[in-house]
Amino acid sequence: MSATKKKSLSTFLSEYAVVIIFVLFTLAAIAPSRLSIVYIVQEVITRLGRNSFLVIALLLPIYAGMGLNFGMTLGAMAGQIGLIFAVNFGVGDWQGLVFASLVGLPISILLGWVCGSVMNRAKGREMVTGYILAFFISGIYQFFVLYIMGSVIPIRNSAILLSRGYGIRNTLNLESVRQSLDTIFLLKAGPFSIPVVTFAIIALLCIFIVWFKRTKLGQDMRAVGQDMAVAEAAGIPVEKTRIIAIIMSTVLACVGQIIFLQNMGNLMTYSSHDQTGFFAVAAILVGGASVTRVSIANVFIGVILLHAMFIVSPLAGQNLFGSAMVGEYFRQFIGYGVIALSLVLYAWKAKKAASNARSSLRGQATGNGNGNGGQA
Amino acid sequence: MRNMKEFIQEFGWPRIIIFFFLISLFVLAPFVGVRLDASISDVLNRFGQYAILVLALVPMIQAGCGLNFGLALGIIAGLLGSTLSLQFELKGFMGFFGAIAFATPFALLLGYGYGKLLNKVKGEEMTIAMYVGFSFVMLMCIMWLVLPFNSPTMVWGFAGKGLRTTISVEYYWIKILNNFLAIRIGRFFVFPTGLLLFVGFCAFCMWLFLRSKTGTAMTAVGSNPDFARASGVSSDKMRTISVVISTYLGAVGIIVYQQSFGFIQLYTAPSPMVFPAVAAILIGGASINKASMVNVLVGTFLFQGLLTMTPSVINSILQTDMSEVIRMIVSNGMILYALTRKMKVSK
Repeated sequence: MSATKKKSLSTFLSEYAVVIIFVLFTLAAIAPSRLSIVYIVQEVITRLGRNSFLVIALLLPIYAGMGLNFGMTLGAMAGQIGLIFAVNFGVGDWQGLVFASLVGLPISILLGWVCGSVMNRAKGREMVTGYILAFFISGIYQFFVLYIMGSVIPIRNSAILLSRGYGIRNTLNLESVRQSLDTIFLLKAGPFSIPVVTFAIIALLCIFIVWFKRTKLGQDMRAVGQDMAVAEAAGIPVEKTRIIAIIMSTVLACVGQIIFLQNMGNLMTYSSHDQTGFFAVAAILVGGASVTRVSIANVFIGVILLHAMFIVSPLAGQNLFGSAMVGEYFRQFIGYGVIALSLVLYAWKAKKAASNARSSLRGQATGNGNGNGGQA
Repeated sequence: MRNMKEFIQEFGWPRIIIFFFLISLFVLAPFVGVRLDASISDVLNRFGQYAILVLALVPMIQAGCGLNFGLALGIIAGLLGSTLSLQFELKGFMGFFGAIAFATPFALLLGYGYGKLLNKVKGEEMTIAMYVGFSFVMLMCIMWLVLPFNSPTMVWGFAGKGLRTTISVEYYWIKILNNFLAIRIGRFFVFPTGLLLFVGFCAFCMWLFLRSKTGTAMTAVGSNPDFARASGVSSDKMRTISVVISTYLGAVGIIVYQQSFGFIQLYTAPSPMVFPAVAAILIGGASINKASMVNVLVGTFLFQGLLTMTPSVINSILQTDMSEVIRMIVSNGMILYALTRKMKVSK
């Protein structure tokens, strides 16, 4: 491993390739979108409040070396079940959100435990496993919400039921809790309005993460993330630590989804959670994180950049190509492309590092042997 | 003769449950007013429709590249082929094979690039393949809007440009394989001879290929890369070949699918085609590093049988459509089972 302190320009470029590409794209798209800067900034502030919590939920599994937790969707589903019950029992305002979180909490702990255990059986393939697991649990969630709710579990608010008498409607109006967190204290600063309480909660979470990293458990997590075998030898319960990381991530995703949905004001019962993992992962990668290395700054840089692009690209597409669909497809292309690109760059670097390490061991005679079997 | 326990261990509980579930659906069908002959005909039809897409997964599994979640690339090559074939007004067998011919260069090119990329990211193939597939599908969404196609059957009527989301192949090559030498018995039962012959032919070619020198080398790379390297096989080259073949079969597979289904589906349609194919081969008994022709044929039959029979039978019993939920749970559950299984064996 090279431990040179001074990074050359090319290392810098490859390290932050994704961020740089993104900044350039977004800057280029601002002019053709014809949006005012004030509007863009206000939208970014709103979306920071809406999304940051969800993105922070990704941090702990990365520390624990489990990659990007695509299984966070499980937490989002737990949050949605909580909100459905909050609407059902007519608990409104911010109390409704607390109620939803309390209902979601045990569900997300259970789901997180399931997710962690499944990932422990698929070490080295956590990301793809989490992704598929999210689909699998989504099927069970649909079964639960579409067939069990209203038939087995009594739902007394008939306004949220499908006309056939059981199953929850496709779109749930969250009127009773809409923006209840954001509007507790809405600071008007010039042309901008800032949801102070939402940001305070996000700040508290950041402080918690920073503090948690220094605790025994947090240190264990990072040790497991560095090298599972070494951690095991040092007496750290590897599997248990990994499960705890995923449970915490799932619980945070549950609360994050509730914050997200109270801002949106509508719950698409069967699809709101579909894109949760995708947006969160894209955001953290755009912010400069990689599969193994992340900081809290990455979260905020990522949310700002990704959403600035999401705000401008449909209109830029409309004005440049005469079709809003081009912009819409483009932004999805960028979202998926960013994830693909950073995963490729990361895997590529890891492979190179592995082959470098091997060739330095082997000496110069076979120094440039190809990297076969490095991942075997 | 191996004993029963060993057989069950090897075959895996999920598959046995699915097998008996399917049997019970067939048994139940006549009692709930579902015609058995029509159902069997449907199952055969859908089996042929999907089989080649499932077959496309075999080479990459064998070469150790894992499940090809990037099959969407091959599907897109096929879409380019069939839209070009319609653009040039090719009809009948000419149109069908024309579509395959047009798809060939795209499939080879995409497959080659995709294979090179996967060689650079060994160990992370599956996640990356998935996202490469997704982002390419999105890129092509833009392309379908802006590429200069102008055949009136394909573009939006009022704008005169941009391809439709679904394009009918009715006047071109609909059911060209299905109807070839098809055997009709009664009003409801049709045996799609041509389709099944084509599937059989492709499966046989793959079977032969896996036994050829290149095929054996490929399997060697998949099962033990170090050993393969020691015996002078270039692992990167074999992997690239497997990806190219997989992508090409994906292209052929989607064209076969279209002629049976009757429509070309563009835009975001390729992405959701991939997971059912992956689930099917796993239900057939493949693992993420080993697959055979039997896995393909049995798996496609079981999975498509399940998808065909559950809506009709379960809906008649429960008076509600649960097929989508069952499909999600079964297919993703199966993939999950396969992803977590290898770990247990190697322990």
